[in-house]
Formats: sequence, C-alpha cells, structure tokens
Amino acid sequence: MKCLAIAKKDILMYYLKGPVVIFGILLPLFLFLAFWIGRNLPLDFLVAGLLAMTVFFASTSVSPVVAPWEGQMRTLERLMACPISVSTIIFGDIIASITFGIGIAIVPLLLGMAFGLSFSFVVLVGIVLAAFCFSCLGLLFSSFPTNMPSTVMMISSLVRFPLIFISGIFIPIQSLPSWGKTISLLSPLTYFTDIARASLGMSSFLPVYLDFLALIAFSGLFLILAIKLHERALLSRL
Amino acid sequence: MNVIEAENLVKSFGKIKALDGISFKVKKGQVFGFLGPNGAGKTTTVRILTGIIKPDSGKARINGFDVVNETIKAKQSIGVLPEISNAYLDLTAWQNLMLIASLYGMQKDEAEKRAEELLREFGIYERRNTRVRGFSKGMKQRLMLCMALISDPEIVFLDEPTSGLDVQSARMIRGKVLSIAKEKTVFLTSHNMDEVNLLCDEVAIISKGRLVTVDTPERLKSRVGGSIAIEVSFGGKSELRVDEMNVVKYGDKYVIYTTNPYQTICRIVDFAKQNNVEIISINTRTPTLEDAFLKLLEVEK
Repeated sequence: MKCLAIAKKDILMYYLKGPVVIFGILLPLFLFLAFWIGRNLPLDFLVAGLLAMTVFFASTSVSPVVAPWEGQMRTLERLMACPISVSTIIFGDIIASITFGIGIAIVPLLLGMAFGLSFSFVVLVGIVLAAFCFSCLGLLFSSFPTNMPSTVMMISSLVRFPLIFISGIFIPIQSLPSWGKTISLLSPLTYFTDIARASLGMSSFLPVYLDFLALIAFSGLFLILAIKLHERALLSRL
Repeated sequence: MNVIEAENLVKSFGKIKALDGISFKVKKGQVFGFLGPNGAGKTTTVRILTGIIKPDSGKARINGFDVVNETIKAKQSIGVLPEISNAYLDLTAWQNLMLIASLYGMQKDEAEKRAEELLREFGIYERRNTRVRGFSKGMKQRLMLCMALISDPEIVFLDEPTSGLDVQSARMIRGKVLSIAKEKTVFLTSHNMDEVNLLCDEVAIISKGRLVTVDTPERLKSRVGGSIAIEVSFGGKSELRVDEMNVVKYGDKYVIYTTNPYQTICRIVDFAKQNNVEIISINTRTPTLEDAFLKLLEVEK
C-alpha cells in the first residue's frame, strides 16, 4: 500500500519530534486545567471533554502543515513524480494523523481510568472515527494554496479554537440556548464529545448512532473537499 | 519505437503562455537533449511529460500511455530527477530510497538489493544511515539520481542534473549519465552545452514556449553560417567592423563565423593595421553547440 509508505514518511519526518508529541499532550491539558480549576464540575464530564480535545488537537496539529512544508522544502515535486495520485498522498497523510491522534488519546484514557472511570467499548470506535474526521479537517486546512505553514496554522487556529467553545466541552450542550444548540451541530467535535460522554455512562445530547452518522458524514465531506482542493492547489505549491 | 511523444502541447499560467504547441518524439534508447533559455518552457514540458501537471491541450504519451488519462501507468516506467527538488533532509539516504521504492510498488528484498547497488555505485553507501541534512550538494544530487533510478526505469528524465554543482561532482554525475544512457532512454534538460554535446543523440531547442528546432548536435553546429569560428581580441577599445561578415561580440572577444578562414584572418589583420590596434589573440575553432544555440535563438527573435 503506497499510502502506508507516505504515512511512514510523515510519522518519521513530522510526528516523531519531541516538541510535536509534547505539544499534542500539553495544549489540551492546559486548556482543560484552565477551565477545571475553580469550577465544581464532575470528573467524568471533564475527562470526556479532555479526551475530545486531545483527539481533536492531536489529529489537527500536524496534518494542516505537511503539504505546505513539502512545498517549501521542495520535496513535493519528487513525490508527485512517483506513480501515485494526489489522493494517495492525502490518504497517507490521514493515516499518519489518525495514528498520532489515537496514540495521544491513550493519555486521557489512562488518566480517566487512573481516576476510577470506566469507558465502554464505544469510545474506542469513537476515537478512531473522530481521529479520521479531524484528520480530514486538518487536510482541508492544508489545501489552502500556500507554502507558508504559519499561514495555514493561523487559518487552522481561527477555526479550531471557536469549535472548542461550541462543542459542549466546557458547557453541556443541554444547557445552551436553542441558537447555541443549533450552532453546536455545525461542529464535528460536538458529536465526538457526545460519544465520549455516553461511553462514560452520562446522558448524551443525541443518540449515539446519530453521533456516529454525523461524524461519518463530516468525514466524507471533508475528505472529498480536501482531495479536490489539494488537486487544485498542487500547481501553486511546485 | 517512440517512447516519448508530445503532440501540440499547450500550457498557460494565467495570461502567460508557457507552452505554445510543442511537438516532438523520442526514440527508445536515445539521449534527447532539451535546451532553452530560462523561462522557455523546459521545466513545464518535463512536468507535463512526467505527469506532475496537466496540459491545457495536446497529448503526451510515455511508452504509449497517455500522461493525463493513464498517469500512473505512464509514471511507472519513468524515473525523474526534478530540477528544483530535495530528498527528505531528516530521513537517511536509505530511508529516502526505501520510500521511493515503496511508491513504485517494489518488493522489500528487491528494493534493498537495488538500493545497495546504487548507493555503492554512486559512492554514498558508507553514508546510507546518515541523515541527508548532513550531505554536501554533490552527495544530495547523487542520492537524487539514485532515487530516480531505484525502480530501474526504462526512461529517465534529468532536469538540469549538474546545475549548481562543483566541477568534480558535475563530472561524476555526467559520467553516471553516460553509463545510464547505455541502457536507458534519457530526456535531459541542461544549460551546459558541453554536457548536451557530449551526451545527446538529438537536441531540441525551445524558446518562448515554441520548439525552434530538433536535430543532432553535429547538424546543429553545421547550421552556423560556416564551418570555422575565428575568435579575436584586441588591445584597447576597438569595435570590429568588417563588411559582409557575421561578427558576434562575447565579452572582450569577437567571434566571426566563416567558410574562408584565411581571407577572414587577413581582413581582421587589415582592420587592426588600419585602426592601429593590437591583436592580443586570434584563434580558430569549429562552432560549438552554444554557437548554434545562440544563433538559432537570435533567428527566432
């Protein structure tokens, strides 16, 4: 499988760097602590939120900058001269991003278990699907036709941080006003947060099967858009 | 048998027409040179032929496979050394080669055997486990050539393979290209006329996106208005003006192309006497490919 070779290259080149791994764990942890300290929130609610944020940040941390980096480092043309298509590169990038997202997700899972929480099996399926969905979103960010990773990171941050606040991580969706509930449905993170809560035995905002269907729909949409836009952006990266 | 075919290729970038109806054919086993000034459309042509970008119109086939509709099949039989391209700096030479081998769908054993052969042949086997970041430019280029050859392709595209290299590395790469040319079809773009003259069976000259001519290097040289070039330089400031002669100035030298060197030298000496200028040097030589190239581009203008 040629996309596995791309994924292996991505992991060696971009993911297995100390700062990337540490940042992948620290950023959601600090955000979590910022909202936890001084508030009397139940542990299962917080751990579910931490898990959702970790998978979200880890899966969208590096995937947006791989393509601009490859363009800037002049490795993209070498890659494109090989008998592979743009979608092979995209799938390879997604596999690497999913692997990283799942790997980092182990930290909050173990943390939750250390605090005595027990997750149902559904969370594992949820993590894989969410990592896929968020990785596709990351690839969508990277389709912006530029070779400047900082530009893509700025766009990515402009989208990612607002999503955190409308996805029920810090405030339960059930307690949002009706307009807030409507907006929250636009974020794919809402559905994984809901799955994480359901897996800890908490009441979910939507039926879990609907959460899964929504994540699948978002993944498909992001993936198709990412492939189309990357094909168009290729020329400007060379 | 033609292994590379370009038919009326057209490509524009915005309002700029990079290729304006380029057509040529390359036979199996040929070393085909592609010459042109900067911005002439050489790299665009290579990118189209190697399936990296699509033409706006026209057809290109590699080994009979259409590069637009059968891109992967067309790419499978080619190895490419792009002009502006890098190996992955944070991967080792070995990892870079294994990556490219995987992308060509090679089996692990086959890839490892071929990688070892190539790294030994190009003199970088001892550094196979070193990150490419620590390689010199010459070593990087040798590795890039190994990456182009890892799949043992039938056709090799070399886009400016010696550009920016020191004399020693350039000579080594040139020697390797000569040995590659014994068994493969090579499509070579270069600014180095000596290189093209030495390596190519046939040369295409491109200017402003149009093909000026396709011919053998020797026939191109013979097109330069005569068989002998006379190179002369004068002491002090002097502008050589000799009626009915094709005089071209290069730096402090004048080059005159002539079929009658004796008469031409006499006229140059007369000119020097009449104008009271000293002849510093005067040499005769056969026209080079560079002379032909410049002349043809001048005609094109």
